[in-house]
Amino acid sequence: MADPEIKSYAPHHESQSAAVTEGRPAKAVLMIVAFAFLGIFLLLPLIVVFNEAFAKGLDAYTEALASPDTRSAIRLTLLVAAISVPLNIVFGISAAWAIAKFEFKGKAFLTTLIDLPFSVSPVISGLVYVLLFGAQGLFGAWLKAHGIVILFAVPGIVLATVFVTFPFVARELIPLMQEQGNGDEEAALSLGANGWQAFWYVTLPNVKWGLLYGVLLCNARAMGEFGAVSVVSGHIRGLTNTMPLHVEILYNEYNAAAAFAVASLLAGLALVTLVLKTLLEMRYGAELAATRGH
Amino acid sequence: MTTAPAKAGWRFRQPSVIPGFGLTLGFSLAYLTLIILIPLSGLIWRSAALGWTDFWAIATDRRTINALQISFGTAFIAAAVNVVFGTIVAWVLVRYNFPGRRIVDAMVDLPFALPTAVAGIALTTLYAPNGWLGSLLAPLGIKVAYTPLGIVIALIFIGLPFVVRTVQPIMEEIDKEVEEVAATLGANRFQTIARVLLPGLAPAIVTGFALAFARGVGEYGSVIFIAGNLPYKSEIAPLLIVIRLEEYNYAAATAIAAIMLALSFMMLLVINLVQTWSRKRYG
Repeated sequence: MADPEIKSYAPHHESQSAAVTEGRPAKAVLMIVAFAFLGIFLLLPLIVVFNEAFAKGLDAYTEALASPDTRSAIRLTLLVAAISVPLNIVFGISAAWAIAKFEFKGKAFLTTLIDLPFSVSPVISGLVYVLLFGAQGLFGAWLKAHGIVILFAVPGIVLATVFVTFPFVARELIPLMQEQGNGDEEAALSLGANGWQAFWYVTLPNVKWGLLYGVLLCNARAMGEFGAVSVVSGHIRGLTNTMPLHVEILYNEYNAAAAFAVASLLAGLALVTLVLKTLLEMRYGAELAATRGH
Repeated sequence: MTTAPAKAGWRFRQPSVIPGFGLTLGFSLAYLTLIILIPLSGLIWRSAALGWTDFWAIATDRRTINALQISFGTAFIAAAVNVVFGTIVAWVLVRYNFPGRRIVDAMVDLPFALPTAVAGIALTTLYAPNGWLGSLLAPLGIKVAYTPLGIVIALIFIGLPFVVRTVQPIMEEIDKEVEEVAATLGANRFQTIARVLLPGLAPAIVTGFALAFARGVGEYGSVIFIAGNLPYKSEIAPLLIVIRLEEYNYAAATAIAAIMLALSFMMLLVINLVQTWSRKRYG
């Protein structure tokens, strides 16, 4: 495994002459600047969340989390993620199969369209559904006549969440499946497997870690989305408040301790996501798509 | 053999033994159309239905212009700050070995994982006049929370991973021989970095800047807590959309959203052009 050529580039071999690496003082300055920047902008906010959450003691913390409004917010967040993440998994797999396994006209354009939600402001992602399903919306009158409620209810929250988390699974699977090529599936087919079997026993095991990686990021965003959900939710306490919206309401009521208590759960989710993501990158880096980063 | 090459006429897709093309492409297109394309075209249709005079009146309203200026201005400054510090962070992560490097590296993605509302209230608490950093800055006469500076701080937080994660992989690919050649030719370390390494990183840095900028322009959750949200002063465009919606002024909300979308797509186009250009030049 250990390729000597790669090893010689590893950072711990720093016995080269001074001209190809920075001198000690320059190195120290760069490291201090980087750590100070990360400390101030990333670490401090994270510490503040937990510090404020427990500022009034453990009892206040558990009390805040046990309140009926908080519990219904947690339930709604879990419900919304439980609907929207699987939807985007099915889409992601389906789109990756079509795009990675076949050559067809307009493929690049389709790939660009899939990334579209990332370049739309979350607020606009919510607004588009208000324009469709709101009282003055395109389908507003029709929906009202048929007694169907989408906006300011769970279906609207799910739709907005699906919109903002739309690309996560697909953009992880497409490059990965393109890298892996069609050879394995072609072999399976030639050995008599049908399409479903080739997918289930060959493709899926090949991409499982990449899929998990995409699901992880998709889920983190689904549970944490604020702007899009805020526009379509209507902020009805106990009914259409997700956890991030509940954080906002508590904070605006000057109930900082309770707001940070709920926020600490979301921060915990973020930390768990980061740990799992890092573990996946460490253990299965080779089985994830080469294109890293958002 | 007389197997004619596939140039016999236009072909939507190349033949393949793999099944499921119709099913997966059909489902993907249907889902994409229902979730993304129809809602977005609804927005375009509604803003087109406004008519030019109404649209122009909303677009040139001073509050709209100020909100757009604040959104684009603060996002630009934050992205520029992130270019400088994000590149340094990427350099330290790629080139230096230190205990806990992997943890620091993982932490860079925190803004992707942390819900924006949580970041918003945490940053506000941190920079409020009685907060840990706010109380240090107050004696110097620097106010961060509830000012445009607060918006910049929130957008720096949001945009940092975009720059680091775009620049980092390119830095990892730099061939050390290039630096050695520069050094043997008599360049000192500073010259090597400024004249040899940075030009090669420039496309990645520009892409990182554009991604952080685009994200910052649309950002809502982390900004509204710290901004103070004073009309004309610290009110961002996404917030103005929300305010117009709450006033049931769908026309204004739609028009502002359409302007933001148009500007975002122009940026997306520029990003793509930069990427194509850099691939041609350095690929």
